[in-house]
Amino acid sequence: MFIKVNRDKCSGCETCITSCPFDAIVMKEGKAEITEFCQACRSCLSVCPEGAIMEVEEESDRKEKGQGRGVWVFAEQRDGVIAGVSFELLGAGRRLADMLGTELSAVLFGCSAADAAELIRWGADRVYHCDDPMLCSFNDEPWSGLLSGLIAEHKPEIVLAGATPIGRSFLPRVAARLKTGLTADCTSLDIDPETKNLVQVRPAFGGNIMAAILCPNARPQMATVRPRVMKRGEYSASRQGEIVRMDAGSIQSRTRLIETIKEVSEVAINLQEANIIVAGGRGVGSEKGFQILYELAAALDGCVAASRAAVDEGWIPYRHQVGQTGKTVSPKLYIACGISGAVQHLVGMQSSDIIVAINRNPEAPIFNVASYGIVGDLFEIVPKLTKKIREAKGL
Amino acid sequence: MKIVVCIKQVPDTAEVRINPETNTLIRDGVPSIINPYDMHAIEAGLQIREKAGGSVTAVTMGPPQAEASLREAVSMGVDGAALVSDRAFAGSDTWATAYTLSKAIALLGADIIICGKQAIDGDTAQVGPEIAEFLGIPHVAYVRRIDDVRDNAIVVQRLMDDGYDVIESSLPVLLTVVRELNVPRLPSLKGKMAAKKAEIRKLTASDIGAEEASLGLNGSPTQVKNIFAPEAKKDRQMLAGTADESIDILVKELVARKCL
Repeated sequence: MFIKVNRDKCSGCETCITSCPFDAIVMKEGKAEITEFCQACRSCLSVCPEGAIMEVEEESDRKEKGQGRGVWVFAEQRDGVIAGVSFELLGAGRRLADMLGTELSAVLFGCSAADAAELIRWGADRVYHCDDPMLCSFNDEPWSGLLSGLIAEHKPEIVLAGATPIGRSFLPRVAARLKTGLTADCTSLDIDPETKNLVQVRPAFGGNIMAAILCPNARPQMATVRPRVMKRGEYSASRQGEIVRMDAGSIQSRTRLIETIKEVSEVAINLQEANIIVAGGRGVGSEKGFQILYELAAALDGCVAASRAAVDEGWIPYRHQVGQTGKTVSPKLYIACGISGAVQHLVGMQSSDIIVAINRNPEAPIFNVASYGIVGDLFEIVPKLTKKIREAKGL
Repeated sequence: MKIVVCIKQVPDTAEVRINPETNTLIRDGVPSIINPYDMHAIEAGLQIREKAGGSVTAVTMGPPQAEASLREAVSMGVDGAALVSDRAFAGSDTWATAYTLSKAIALLGADIIICGKQAIDGDTAQVGPEIAEFLGIPHVAYVRRIDDVRDNAIVVQRLMDDGYDVIESSLPVLLTVVRELNVPRLPSLKGKMAAKKAEIRKLTASDIGAEEASLGLNGSPTQVKNIFAPEAKKDRQMLAGTADESIDILVKELVARKCL
């Protein structure tokens, strides 16, 4: 499929040029022309007042759809502990499997049979478990080899994994080997009721826009999902399922783990577990400006976070950063001060229960996600809010 | 040591916004830059060359104007530059991009391939590991330090959520690097002169011997269905009045919702 301009119809009005997120439309001899940057995203189709832009289907578009049945979740572990994102994926995977009327399977490398059984209680019908000690610590080549082998054998239609350093490192190898699509960092997953294809929504362009991605012909449809974006499914202690034990076969790798150094930042842990977060952005203006945010956070018994803009300015260290390239958080209360609300930031905090936004610009996009919005100067509002909260708490 | 650095020219996305009414991008005057993570990849390549000897070649896949990013890489000190460009590459997703770049790199030859951990326009972090798979070589992602480079092996630190792993890999290897790795150097005057005169090698689909069915939109398993502005939250409310009035309402609401 590709996009084409009917030169006879084109009036040269240039409306389509700004509609293109990829800068793929140029004017040539007074008419619009689609260049090689075109990603066929169809954004321009509806904006042309003359109806001169159209989709052209090619012979090769009518490919056989790959075969596949079942939804799979890769259950990641580190140091023998199953990562939280695995349970969230089981929640998402269960929902997709039920929509498709199919089974949900989990794949677990390392860990014990008891851990595998736990995955069933979190929603899996089946667990493919390989407990070879060689697989206990993460290693790209053996993990990608084993997972692609399993997928090739059982042909699931969907495979989900965590968008963690581990998932983001080895899943691309699996997708490359299987010649199928992989969509990174999805924030929502759904089934198209007509085609039964997986609709994968992810932020693009630094998170300023959202894109819905399809993998229409190749199977499996693969996606990674960031931790704390999806809700866990229902836990049932009585849920029954099947555990399939597998042999790893001969494991070979050209990379070797020499050692693992733990360097856990307390800030990062506190941020992800905090009930209350006070966050600052470009509007905070300086390192010193963050002082009033720390005072508010102290009154609330919360933590201080920041947007990418504030971190890039050097006002606060990276470990405080919330957003697509920082941490994803979902506290009970998130107070955004002087944060404009680029999607880059929103994707990292919009699942918070209550969002309060304080910003001078009434048009700031942060207000689109705010439960409570206050237009005003944060340097006036934040200290007053701190005082009021201290009073309310009897401090 | 033959080092290849993969770079990408990207819009400076911090400045791209979407008009929520029309679902179109507002991108007047958004400048093009070398993807910031790739700057660290270039620096890493130059530092390895300074220690171990050899050459650094910068490669980019993109439209003809991406040549500007290659000249910038030359100004920082890379020895050669190749532009992989062809209309047949149009609409490539990460799979097709990685396939195309792997074919170009195979042609150039490399002991160490270095990529930024991700590009700031797509943020997928997939092309690096996929290139390694296509080339049939190991990779280490999120490299935050290079501890040792030997003739046939490399020792690096991989950044993880809870610290870092020290990994030894045989060569050839592909690394994707994070910002903590280094501080990219500024171009020297000599470098800027060299950049003006540098010959940029142009590689087309037939030059790299790529299969047509694996290129561009046709070779891409994924498709963009549509793009849209993020949704607004439903139960939102703007607190009007003076600062004191709105703070009063807010604190009452927070108490009522058991936040305090």
